[in-house]
Amino acid sequence: MKAAAFEYVCSENLDHALGVLDEIGAEAKLIAGGQSLVPMMSMRFARPSILVDINRLEELKQITPGDGFLRLGACVRQRVIEFDSSLDKTIPLVKKALQWVGHSQTRNRGTIGGSLVFADPSAELPLASLLLGASMHLQSAAEGSRVVGAADFFLGPMFTALTETECLVAIDLPVWSGPRIGSAFSEVSMRKGDFAMASAACQLQTAEDGVISLITIGVGGVNGSPTAFPEIAKEIIGKRLTPQIAQEIAEQAAKQCDPGSDTHVSARFRRSLAATLLARVMLEAVEDSINKR
Amino acid sequence: MSKVAIQMTVNGTLYEKEVEPRMTLVDFIRDELGLTGTHVGCEHGVCGACSILLNDEPIRSCCIFAVQADGMKVTTVEGLAPSRGQLSKIQDAFCEKHALQCGFCTPGMLIACHDLIQRQPHPSQDEVREAISGNLCRCTGYQQIVDAVMHATACEDTTHD
Amino acid sequence: MTNANVKFKYIGKHRRAVEHRRFVVGEGNFAADIHLRGMLHVAIVASPYAHARIKSIDAIAALNIPGVHAVVTGKDLFTDTDPILPGVDAPQVKRYPMAVDIARYAGEWVVAVVADTRALAEDAAEFIDIDYEVLDHIVDPELAALTNSPLVHEAHGSNIIFNRKFTWGEVDQHFSECDHEISYRARWSRNSTVPIETFAVACSWNDAAQMMDVWASIQMPKFPDQLAKALRLDGNAVRVHFDVDVGGSYGVKRGLKHSILVAYLARKLNRPVRFVEDRLENMRGGDMQGPDRIFDVSMGFNSDGIIRSMRMRALDDIGAYSGRAPLQLGKPVGAIIGPYRIQSVEYEAIAVMTNKTPQEAVRGFGQAPTNYAIETGVDQIARFLNIDRIELRNKNLIGKDEFPYLIPSGTSYDSGDYETVLKKALNAAPYSELMIERDRLRNSGMLAGIGVSTCLEPSGGNSSFEPLFNPKNTTTTWMDSCLIRIDLSGSITALMGTSSAGQAHETLVSTVVGEVLDRQPDDIRVLHADSLNALPSNSPVGSRMAIMLGGAAAGAAKKLRNKLLKIASHNLGVEADSLEYAEGNFTSKFDPTKKITWAELVEIAHRKFHELPSDLEPGLQEKFVWEVPTGGLLPTEDGRVQMYPCHSFEAHVILASIDPDTGKVTIHQYICGHDCGVMISPDVVHGMTYGGIAHGLGAALLEKYSFSDEGQLLSGTFMDYLLPSSHEVPPITIVDHCTPSPLTEFGQKGSGEAGYLGSPAAIASAVNDALAPRGISINTLPMTPDAIWTALHEQVNELRSI
Repeated sequence: MKAAAFEYVCSENLDHALGVLDEIGAEAKLIAGGQSLVPMMSMRFARPSILVDINRLEELKQITPGDGFLRLGACVRQRVIEFDSSLDKTIPLVKKALQWVGHSQTRNRGTIGGSLVFADPSAELPLASLLLGASMHLQSAAEGSRVVGAADFFLGPMFTALTETECLVAIDLPVWSGPRIGSAFSEVSMRKGDFAMASAACQLQTAEDGVISLITIGVGGVNGSPTAFPEIAKEIIGKRLTPQIAQEIAEQAAKQCDPGSDTHVSARFRRSLAATLLARVMLEAVEDSINKR
Repeated sequence: MSKVAIQMTVNGTLYEKEVEPRMTLVDFIRDELGLTGTHVGCEHGVCGACSILLNDEPIRSCCIFAVQADGMKVTTVEGLAPSRGQLSKIQDAFCEKHALQCGFCTPGMLIACHDLIQRQPHPSQDEVREAISGNLCRCTGYQQIVDAVMHATACEDTTHD
Repeated sequence: MTNANVKFKYIGKHRRAVEHRRFVVGEGNFAADIHLRGMLHVAIVASPYAHARIKSIDAIAALNIPGVHAVVTGKDLFTDTDPILPGVDAPQVKRYPMAVDIARYAGEWVVAVVADTRALAEDAAEFIDIDYEVLDHIVDPELAALTNSPLVHEAHGSNIIFNRKFTWGEVDQHFSECDHEISYRARWSRNSTVPIETFAVACSWNDAAQMMDVWASIQMPKFPDQLAKALRLDGNAVRVHFDVDVGGSYGVKRGLKHSILVAYLARKLNRPVRFVEDRLENMRGGDMQGPDRIFDVSMGFNSDGIIRSMRMRALDDIGAYSGRAPLQLGKPVGAIIGPYRIQSVEYEAIAVMTNKTPQEAVRGFGQAPTNYAIETGVDQIARFLNIDRIELRNKNLIGKDEFPYLIPSGTSYDSGDYETVLKKALNAAPYSELMIERDRLRNSGMLAGIGVSTCLEPSGGNSSFEPLFNPKNTTTTWMDSCLIRIDLSGSITALMGTSSAGQAHETLVSTVVGEVLDRQPDDIRVLHADSLNALPSNSPVGSRMAIMLGGAAAGAAKKLRNKLLKIASHNLGVEADSLEYAEGNFTSKFDPTKKITWAELVEIAHRKFHELPSDLEPGLQEKFVWEVPTGGLLPTEDGRVQMYPCHSFEAHVILASIDPDTGKVTIHQYICGHDCGVMISPDVVHGMTYGGIAHGLGAALLEKYSFSDEGQLLSGTFMDYLLPSSHEVPPITIVDHCTPSPLTEFGQKGSGEAGYLGSPAAIASAVNDALAPRGISINTLPMTPDAIWTALHEQVNELRSI
């Protein structure tokens, strides 16, 4: 399983990388962590003629707090996020999602941007960023910068709004502030670290009396891309999340899903799993919010 | 396709080679440098037999091209022993606890365990299992590997490391 | 650990394996590490279709690429090599390393490209143009067995390559006398041992010497001569280097087709050639998949729980070609009743071909699926009668005073104490606490169950399934050997004639030789001979090496010790039986001043012919070639035969829970009681038992080679074929017991297949115990979350009672 031949370019700055993309187009591919791309190249499913290495772009590795959000450079390693305890308070959902991502060795190289751009339907970081309403900063040589909201970024399995000359440079993750913010992420996979058969995530804020004041919920692995349920979430505001209500909401959401089948999981089972997990994470998030008084 | 000149410090020795960009780091280590201790098991980033330390972090060397590691520091299983004729604490523990059989996953497994002990001098059994969960073994069922790490980290003496 | 009545000095003790020294420093010598000057590399073009006629192959563009040396097809091999024939009588089912005219499974090798590098060979492979005519294919084994389905091998006339029904004892009568009968189907889906190292082979042809040197990741009896035969070379024109470290095999590395191909290329091109399967080639086209069985079983039993008779029909889907696969239906004949006193058995073994990747020998050689099928029935009988499963087993287990125990199919079990092993395992849990924990889990909303299995591990190997399944093949030799030398400096070197794949044979031999000669095992060097200077061996299969290699090493060491004794007696002028031996020195029992040392004996043997007894050869070297104990007999007309000589035993006790909403199984406790007689290297035995349990867990819960209706392998990468990691394999407790074998030197039995033979049955037992309150059971492996969840939500009851 040896990759097809390619030319290699190691970019020293972003403009250079973008310039190559602009000049070459679809035949050029950016490589960051490579944990998904290199195996695909080894199996010859991906065959760029030019590989542009952006691992050394310090400008893409910054973690910068903003006003109500945290800006993560696309090339921030998953491991860096994992080990940065200051992020527990600001982006807890992302931290929890990361616990399910691959293995420590893959997280040492894998980047947040890489996972988002790869857009596997059952990947954890896309789901977390969708639920938070993240903003993706895209840049190309010809068109300059633009910002795409997560809801408009994930378009289908392995398919995003990124054009062939664009690079994802940063992700703005909204930071929820205030007391009683809880979050939970759960997935079921055949083995720990595998792609999820189904996953679910929730972040919420409870009021002093226990009713929900803010909430975002979603599932992964059950549609072509991660799915949030903003309309259903709105209905929960002002209510208390009991196990029964959580179950009803979860089933309602699951009905909206159109999962596929594969060797390991039937569509029916996947849908049921999504509902089970969604109910569980909502209750876990409530529990988590109470502990964060 | 034309070759690219790269430099890499592997187990303390600086190497300068010219390689095709498509050559993975594991193939580079094995074929260009002749360090065959690191093994190829799947070439798609799952089995962990190819694990090495890149700038002191364990990675899958089948998931990175050698050219990407230009100028970096690599440690392979051949670089774990403190000196010739001696074994590191974890290597010694593997022998004592029979933590290997065919030896094929062992180099990658040692790298993962070595890294764990560097970060977590006294891990729990669960932490050991988590640390080696990205290294597949078909011989041992993992039990004696966990035993080896617990054994290596039980002693107070740290002179071997 | 009980040790019978014998005290050993080295045997049975903790000892660091010799092999570890090289592996922990990365100095293993694996086939992919072999570098030969001018070596060329191979990549494969495989058939994309399950069944297709190869109309044309255009390699011109590939051959024009600089660095590409050859493109070879099945036609070339057909002309220049002999086919690989099945072990059963089916001469029309021929196999060549690559497809000849017809590709019979998706992934079958069609073209081999040889180039300066593997990457270049893969580049060139993309320029090969193959024109296929797609043919009808068959993937369902039950349909394949019918006469109106597409034929995998037209010339054979049927897809059934083997079919025989054995009747041992009064089966009909016993069934009619029984109070009850149950029938069930148990499905063992296709999985395999999947070593982390794929198969690799390097060959170098020497024109001047007319000899082929072979380095391969091989675990296979008769490999050198089968290779020579296929290449139409004399046996002494092929030299296989057995000192290649094999990165795990557990049965499957019978890479005969890989080796024939590479050897052929090496000779054709007069350049060394190496082929390292990549993982895709291995999974799809390496022909190393395992048993794929449908068991239809009936058991006749009484109300008191005594099981009297069994009918078992085993249909095995062997894939498109036949390697050892049909014979894997034969070995279980030697333990067909498991550890129970079942009095009569009807066994129908059917091997059917389909357009899928062929099977190869897998750890246990068919015993693990058979044990799963038997244990499934035992548990079902217990539920039917509402008798505790452990109590039911105890009623039926052969008692420790009943050995040697002759089973209906002709094998005599040498020794055992099954009840004690089971009891020890239950006590280690302890069982009472498992029940409390199980109930606590059930009360918390989980499904929870305790699994039990009591299973035989036949050990020692024997060729008897070969003549059993092919009466034309009247073979009864199944041996192993050891040669030991004490050199001029007094150092001991032992030679073994086969490769090792993690079983620590060097450690085994040096421990045994050290024990017999009372010399330090760590000072004894054990080497792997090559096939031209090796004594006969049948390689490490069928859990045989502790018995056979251990026995041969002991035999040679005893001969040497005897020779030393003769020299000592001759030189001290005393009777041999008046001498005491310790650590290589002889001392007179009656006069301690009369003593002769190891160094002196060595001197005499090597340099002082004048002091050597006249009937002795100079030097100190002895060989021992040993036929398997109880071996040498052909099967009877009705198919009764002594299969393996020694019988180890395992009792698994498991506590598991199932999350009813996700179908995920968690194993909370895993205890394995194990009796393989005297353990020569306990660390090694334990290691293989842990590993065997992990294999079994994979088979029970995770692993399956899934094929589409089009015959496409859907689980051809490690992302889809799921090997258990350290998260999936729980901590395991092994409890040892020792019932020595009367047939071996130290009382040792074999145990290389330990754990695997009983764990799938035990895990299934736990899962079904957890599901029992819901009135459902699952009799298909693997028991995936989807399978469990679906069973729970469809309330499918697979138990049919008569």
